[in-house]
Amino acid sequence: MTALLQTPLHVWHAAHGARLVDFAGWHMPVQYKSIVEEHNATRTAAGVFDVSHMGRIRFDGPGAAGFLDRLLTRKVVGMGPGKIRYSLVCNEAGGILDDVLVYHLQEHGGGLYHLLVVNASNRDKILGWLAAQKGPADEVTFTDRTVETSMIAIQGPSALRIMEPLVGADVGGLAYYTGRETTICRHAGIVSRTGYTGEDGCEIIVPATAAAEIWERIFTSGKDHGVAAVGLGARDTLRLEAAMPLYGHELSEQINPFQAGLAFAVNLDGRDFVGKGAIAPKKDDPTQPLRVGLTLSGKRAAREHYTVHSGGEKIGEITSGTFSPTLQQPIAMAYVPPTNANVGTELSVDIRGTAEPARIVPLPFYKRK
Amino acid sequence: MKPEQLRYAETHEWVAVTDEGGRKVGTVGITAFAIEQLTDLVHMVLPKVGKAVEQGKEFGEVESVKAVSSLYSPVNGEVIAVNSDLPNRLETLGSDPYGEGWMIKVALAGDGGASKLMDHAAYQKQCAAEG
Repeated sequence: MTALLQTPLHVWHAAHGARLVDFAGWHMPVQYKSIVEEHNATRTAAGVFDVSHMGRIRFDGPGAAGFLDRLLTRKVVGMGPGKIRYSLVCNEAGGILDDVLVYHLQEHGGGLYHLLVVNASNRDKILGWLAAQKGPADEVTFTDRTVETSMIAIQGPSALRIMEPLVGADVGGLAYYTGRETTICRHAGIVSRTGYTGEDGCEIIVPATAAAEIWERIFTSGKDHGVAAVGLGARDTLRLEAAMPLYGHELSEQINPFQAGLAFAVNLDGRDFVGKGAIAPKKDDPTQPLRVGLTLSGKRAAREHYTVHSGGEKIGEITSGTFSPTLQQPIAMAYVPPTNANVGTELSVDIRGTAEPARIVPLPFYKRK
Repeated sequence: MKPEQLRYAETHEWVAVTDEGGRKVGTVGITAFAIEQLTDLVHMVLPKVGKAVEQGKEFGEVESVKAVSSLYSPVNGEVIAVNSDLPNRLETLGSDPYGEGWMIKVALAGDGGASKLMDHAAYQKQCAAEG
């Protein structure tokens, strides 16, 4: 067995009582004290997340935009500096290899480059895919920056107020899904108005050597705002309430973007990209199973792999499920045939041998006011 | 109930064996260590009176935000009482796991297998190794 990777904040997590688990080869905090308390802190004040395990890959060279444009389901050519887009990487068969954020950034000195933030579980796969797709004519170099940098998410209604004194750039003035190079506690870094919780907030990318200092400064700045460190357990319940898909659960190489409800992340117009030929006919395929949201009236949660039934017949499977701390009821996502996918449809979930009533509801489960 | 007087299963259930009118009764619950490990409890399913339980076999379940866990009977016998209000006040498990947090009372067959369980010192050693 290979040793687990540690983020630059690992020492802090261990010293603060975090329960550390293997997550995609990283030794990561799943919770410090309570998932529910960490979840609620993010919804009502601010949560701080170590997301340094996410892969960060930098692209330089005149061919960078064109290269990424060919591999991503959304346009990269023509993205202005500062713009960030959620996109998918697909294989030739149209299956999803990863869901990513692509950033177009401007260096302090004026140079332009792109950054791809990928799932930790897919970093090696994507690095291999990039190498395989790069042809001799592609004027692009890419560098894995994951280990040299650290990534921290600050999310919640107080997040921007906490970060404003620490960030050189005007964080509150950044539009949603934009980012820029700036200084963070006087260290060079990147700030972006992005996140994975359904709350307002930002994410920062800083040198690994400065991560521990900056992490501490965030807690000092946030101590009167109810700031809390949040582990992967609450990160999962937060993203689930916001109905954000998670690779390996709602997304896989067997799923295409349209059935996952990610049509907004696919641009088929006047461009070509790897997988387009396979994906395009799926856009209006009336037969494929669709991602839906379910709520259950009881207290038992529908968990991943539990089966979904209609009139006794198995029609699908849960991809993620939990007891929602905000809604105080079980919520889940599943893939079901389109004839069973309408909001209001009554189904059941087999919870360890008992058919528990479930109903299809609109996604997301939670939307901030 | 004092933790020192209880017997423990490897799966973190405790049992207190008492003599009630000539028959042996085991009162069963889960340990403070288990409750701390579970955290964020949302639900619990307990059996009905009359159910036969078997040492090491599931008698109920406890669910947290993160996962669902089986409750395993530390003894053999028949359920004669259930703390049926406990699922409505799960916080009791945290505040008084060895008293008000009891789950079921079991009429034991013989000693119910209680002699095979760990004493407090052995259980503490196990928790130290797991924690």
